[in-house]
Amino acid sequence: MNKEPIAKNELNRCRKKGLLSPSAKENLRIYWYKFSRNKLSVLGLFIVLISIFLAIFAPVVSRYPQHVKEFVDYEKANLPPSASYFFGTDIFGRDIFTRVIFSFRGALLMSVIVLSIAVPIGVLLGLIAGYYNGTWIDIIIMRLTDVFLALPPLILALAIAAVLKPNLTSSMIAVTAMWWPWYTRLVYGMATALSKEYFVKNAELIGASRFHILFNEILPNCLSPIFTKMALDVGWVILIGASLSFVGLGEQPPTPAFGQMISDGARYMPDLWWMTIFPALAIAFIILGFNFFGDGIRDMLDRGR
Amino acid sequence: MDKHILDVKNLKTYFLINKSRDKANYVRAVDGVSFSVKEGEIMGLVGESGSGKSTIAYTIMGMYKPVEGEIIFNGENIINKNNRRSMSFKKNVQIVFQDPGSSLNPYQDVRQILSLPLKVHKIVPRGKIEEKIAEILEMVELPADFMYKSPTSIGGGEKQLVSIARALCSNPKFIILDEPTSSLDVSIQAKIINMLLKLHREQKLTYLFITHDLSLMRNISTKVAIMYLGKMCEVAPTEDFYKTPMHPYTQMLLSSIPVISEEEEALKPKKVVSTGEIPSPVNVPKGCSFHTRCMLSTDICRSEEPIMHQVSEDHFVRCHLYKK
Repeated sequence: MNKEPIAKNELNRCRKKGLLSPSAKENLRIYWYKFSRNKLSVLGLFIVLISIFLAIFAPVVSRYPQHVKEFVDYEKANLPPSASYFFGTDIFGRDIFTRVIFSFRGALLMSVIVLSIAVPIGVLLGLIAGYYNGTWIDIIIMRLTDVFLALPPLILALAIAAVLKPNLTSSMIAVTAMWWPWYTRLVYGMATALSKEYFVKNAELIGASRFHILFNEILPNCLSPIFTKMALDVGWVILIGASLSFVGLGEQPPTPAFGQMISDGARYMPDLWWMTIFPALAIAFIILGFNFFGDGIRDMLDRGR
Repeated sequence: MDKHILDVKNLKTYFLINKSRDKANYVRAVDGVSFSVKEGEIMGLVGESGSGKSTIAYTIMGMYKPVEGEIIFNGENIINKNNRRSMSFKKNVQIVFQDPGSSLNPYQDVRQILSLPLKVHKIVPRGKIEEKIAEILEMVELPADFMYKSPTSIGGGEKQLVSIARALCSNPKFIILDEPTSSLDVSIQAKIINMLLKLHREQKLTYLFITHDLSLMRNISTKVAIMYLGKMCEVAPTEDFYKTPMHPYTQMLLSSIPVISEEEEALKPKKVVSTGEIPSPVNVPKGCSFHTRCMLSTDICRSEEPIMHQVSEDHFVRCHLYKK
C-alpha cells in the first residue's frame, strides 16, 4: 500500500499554503469584534483596566502614600475636595483619594484570591458531581453544596469572619467559603447535561481516562459561563468584602478598605460628605465596570451559531 | 471465513421504571435475543422505533448492563460483573451514533477528536499523529486540512464522515452503525453508504448495521434480522429475506415500503396491510407479542409464546405457523 506518502504530501502542501493552524491574530480580531459590539462592554473594559492600573501603581499614583499607615495631621483635617486633595481629607488629615486607591488594591487582591480559590474548587466538585450523576458521589457533593447555599451568603460570611480574627485573611476565607457552591451548582447542571451527550459516551467507549473526559471533553463546554460569572463576580466579591469591612470584619485600620471608610464617614454625614460619598462612588464605579466587562466576556465567548 | 466474530445468546436488557411493594415494572427493551455475526458480514438489524435495536447495540458496547445472557466477542464472554469492557474490546469494537451533531465535541477541532483513539490505544507514536490523521481523513475522502476545522463549521454529512473516521482510528474489526444515515440528506446518505461499503471491503470490517430503512438494508447487508418488541422475529440471509419473507410481521413491513412505480410494486412478495401500532414494551402482550397486529393469528398465538424455528440453513423464524 502506498497510501502514506500521498497523505504526507497532502499534509505538506497544506502546511505550505498555510491552511493549517488558523492564525492567532485572526482569532483575536473575531473576539474583539464580538466583545466590542456592545459599547458598554468597552466602557467596562476601560474601567477594569483603570482599576487594575490604580491597584498596581497605587503608591506611584497617589501623592501621599504614607496616609495609609499610622498618620495624623490635624492641621489638614476635614478639608473639602480641592486641587491638592481630590477627594478631601478625613478627620485625621489623611487624603481620601489615596485611601480610596489603596482600597482598590485591597479589594481587587481579595477578589483575585477569593476567585482563584473558590472557582477551581467549585468547578471541580461540580464537574465530578455532574459526571457521576445519580451516584453517591453526586449526593454527597450536592447536599454539601446545598447546605452552603441554604444559608444567606452575607450571614454565613459574617459568621465565619466573626469566629476568626477580624482581618483581611479571615474575610477572604469567609467569602471563599460562601462562593464556591455557586460554581458547583453552575457547573453541575452543565456537566450533567453534557455527560449524556454522545461525544462523552464515545470517549468512554473509546477507552479515554476519566481525567480526559472531565477536563478535555466536559470542561471546555462549561468554560464560557464560568468566565462570564467570574468577570461579574469580581464586582460582587468586592461588594461583599466591603460589607464585611463595613461592620468591622475586614481590613483593620489604619489600612484602608471601602466598607470601613464608608462606615467611618457615615458618622460625619452630611457635614463631611466627601468621607462617605467618594468611597461609595468608587465601589459603584468598580462594580459597574466589572458588570459591563462580564457582559462583554459573555458576548465574546458565546458561540453564536 | 466462517468464524463467528460476535455471538449474542439469550440477551435480556430491562430498564426498571418503578418499584411497588409487590411488583417491579420493567421496560423489556431487549427480551431474549440470540444471533451471531460472522467475520466479514454486514448484519442488518431492522425494526420499528422502540423495538430495541439500539439497546442491543448499547448493551454490546457496555453502556447498559444486561439482565441475562451472554455476549461472546472473538471467543470471549465480554459480560462481567461490573460491566466493564477490556481495552482490547474498546480497540476492536467501535460505534457510530445516529446524531452526528452530538457525537462530536463542539469545543474540539477534528484533529483533537481523531487523535483521542490514536493516543488511547497508542496506534502511532506521538510525533506521527498528524500524519496518521491525514491518512484516515483520506480514507473517508476528506481533505487533510479538514483536521483544523471545528465541528460547528462543517455540515451534517461531513460530521458523520468524521465520526466514521474516528471509529476507524483504532483499526477496529467490528463497527456498530446505529442508524448512521437517518438524520442526513438523501444525497449525502448515498455517499456515506458507498463510503461504508468501500471501507468494509478495504479494511476487512464486520458491520452491525442498525436501521429502519428496509430498502437500504436490501442493498448493503448480507444478513438481516428483524426485531419486534425486544425479540427477534426472523433472521435470514438478505436474498431469502426479501424473496421469501416468512414471518407475518416481515411480510407486513416489506409490503409497506413506499414505491413509486408499478414494476416495483410487482416485486413485492405479498400484499399485507399494516395495521396498529407497536404495543408498549412494559405490558408485552401474552403469547406471541405480535398477535395484536397479526392477520393470521390463531388461538395458540394468544396463549403460547413461539420459539425460533429453523426453516432452512440460515433462515430462522419465530412464529407458530412454521412449527414442524
